[in-house]
Amino acid sequence: MQQLAIAPILLPLLAGAIMIPMDDQRGRLRAALGVASALGLLAVALALAFLADAGDAAPVFVYRLGNWPALFGIVLVVDRLAAMLLVLTALLGLAALLFSLVRWQRMGAHFHALFQFQLMGLNGAFLTGDLFNLFVFFEVLLAASYGLALHGSGVARVKAGLHYIAINLAASLLFLIGVSMIYGVAGTLNMADLAARIPAMPAEDRPLLEAGAAILAMAFLAKAAMWPMGFWLAPTYSAASPPAAAIFSMMSKVGFYAVLRLSLLLFGADAGASAGFGGTWLFLGGLATIAFGAISVLATQDLSRLAGASVLISSGTLLAALGAGQEAVTGGALFYLASSALAIGAFFLLVELLERGREVGADVLAVTQEAFGDRPEADEEEVEVGTPIPATMAVLGACFLCCALLLAGLPPLSGFIAKFAMLDGILNPAGLGRSPSAVPPGGWALLAALILSGLATVLAMTRAGIRSLWAATDRSVPRVGVVEIAPVLLLLGLCIGMTAGAGPVLRYMQSTASALHAAPSYVGSVVDVSGQTEARP
Amino acid sequence: MELILALSIGVLGGSGVWLLMRPRTFQLIIGLSLLSYAVNLFIFSMGRFPVGRPPVLEPGTMGDPAQYADPLPQSLVLTAIVIGFATTALFLVVMLAARGLTGGDHVDGRRQDR
Repeated sequence: MQQLAIAPILLPLLAGAIMIPMDDQRGRLRAALGVASALGLLAVALALAFLADAGDAAPVFVYRLGNWPALFGIVLVVDRLAAMLLVLTALLGLAALLFSLVRWQRMGAHFHALFQFQLMGLNGAFLTGDLFNLFVFFEVLLAASYGLALHGSGVARVKAGLHYIAINLAASLLFLIGVSMIYGVAGTLNMADLAARIPAMPAEDRPLLEAGAAILAMAFLAKAAMWPMGFWLAPTYSAASPPAAAIFSMMSKVGFYAVLRLSLLLFGADAGASAGFGGTWLFLGGLATIAFGAISVLATQDLSRLAGASVLISSGTLLAALGAGQEAVTGGALFYLASSALAIGAFFLLVELLERGREVGADVLAVTQEAFGDRPEADEEEVEVGTPIPATMAVLGACFLCCALLLAGLPPLSGFIAKFAMLDGILNPAGLGRSPSAVPPGGWALLAALILSGLATVLAMTRAGIRSLWAATDRSVPRVGVVEIAPVLLLLGLCIGMTAGAGPVLRYMQSTASALHAAPSYVGSVVDVSGQTEARP
Repeated sequence: MELILALSIGVLGGSGVWLLMRPRTFQLIIGLSLLSYAVNLFIFSMGRFPVGRPPVLEPGTMGDPAQYADPLPQSLVLTAIVIGFATTALFLVVMLAARGLTGGDHVDGRRQDR
């Protein structure tokens, strides 16, 4: 059973490696391999989530690579949070991969291999229990994402990709500076060992450690697109091909994951003088990101930009909720993370289907097909999609409505439950029955930000929906294949499932949050704290 | 020794940041390379500067850890160099693609005015 922890990394690695030498005549085999790997990942992730959730305590199981003791070797750590994110990655990966099978996989070289490496990097980043290993997996997922962002080529993608790569290379350098400063002060890069050492750290070392952690956080926050480091996100995501953008919606959650994990582990309640370090900054940055995202949602003209701007709102909400530093709010934020990642992924896929009946983006497509010599005479009206679905506009409209409800956080779907759980955590810090006067001013600010950003999203989505579904005179009914609409329906169906089964899901999220806020139990299961003083020279 | 290393990190880092702000892709990539040199030296310096001490134990001896340099930052630098090299190469390819598609080397894809 322990070996299962490494499977989410090995499976896509092997699948991707096998795909590289395959030539294009083996396209069908390659696609089958990709889908099989994604299905395998989903099964493994579900099994891990089941194992991590067994029992009441915080079961963390640790996989020691090469069976070295935790402080000498690299460890993979599976807990509720990692397992949940693995499940989300597998679901989004599966949906994006299915969507790409119809057309997008043929728009450029090595799509499937890059996609597998992207999944490997994401899974590795969620699983690793070591800071430098986290850097390596970040680079794996970034390198794959550079390829995916440019997939299909074209001027818009290359321009946006240039900015994206430059910013992420600079952020990786900040990552390295932060990691090495922390190593220089603390003498370890194992996350659990760091958390065990920080409470006893002498006061003169703390400023350096905190500076290192802050620089490290800059790298993660650039990934999570916190204002003012998130201007690259909307152009890149909207220019990327839809399947790539759908998996990128998970990628921007990696930055948040790293901040969540490290801030609660290293600077949680037990960190001595450093407890709660950076929380205020995360809170303010999150609010600023929500504001920026809300303004860009209102200002945006086209649908894919709208999806990019809602990624910003989602990131900002998560960061601000984490900055609030309350267990109940964190639990709500995790529910929000799952709901918004699925909804935004579905929206990116849906946008392409909606735009298909219009002439927007046709120039980019033409360039691509010219560059790769695929179907040179392909007419825009005769897009080959396999079996078309009946009542296309009704299905697309219903999907759009679901996305709008989910992104804005309106009842009855899971976006509302997520926001409600967060607001409940803010207003009743000690559970029901205490007066609202105990709410700190920051709580009111977050409450206002959540509701106003929801309002902005409703306005923007309504306007976009009217413009593209009702008022569009220049559009023909797009031809949409069953294989293309199925992933969108899958993702939205999962959100509806989260709404119906909100009780168990929220219970899982709350126990994840309480495990995260109890750092010592995590530390205790990764390193043997009692024997540690003897092990050190 | 400390002064020379600190100065070289500062000069490399400063020039790198300056070049990063410039509008041409060539300056951008040179800036990123300089910055990554500065960062590699910085990681190396986090292992302190024990002069003349090997990072690897002599075979067959237990060894006193105080007599050896910390090998971990050195291996971190090695990894960082390899990854930095690969990403720089990838960035060069994208740069060339942008040059071909936009006909200029401006980072925003604008054609040169003059």
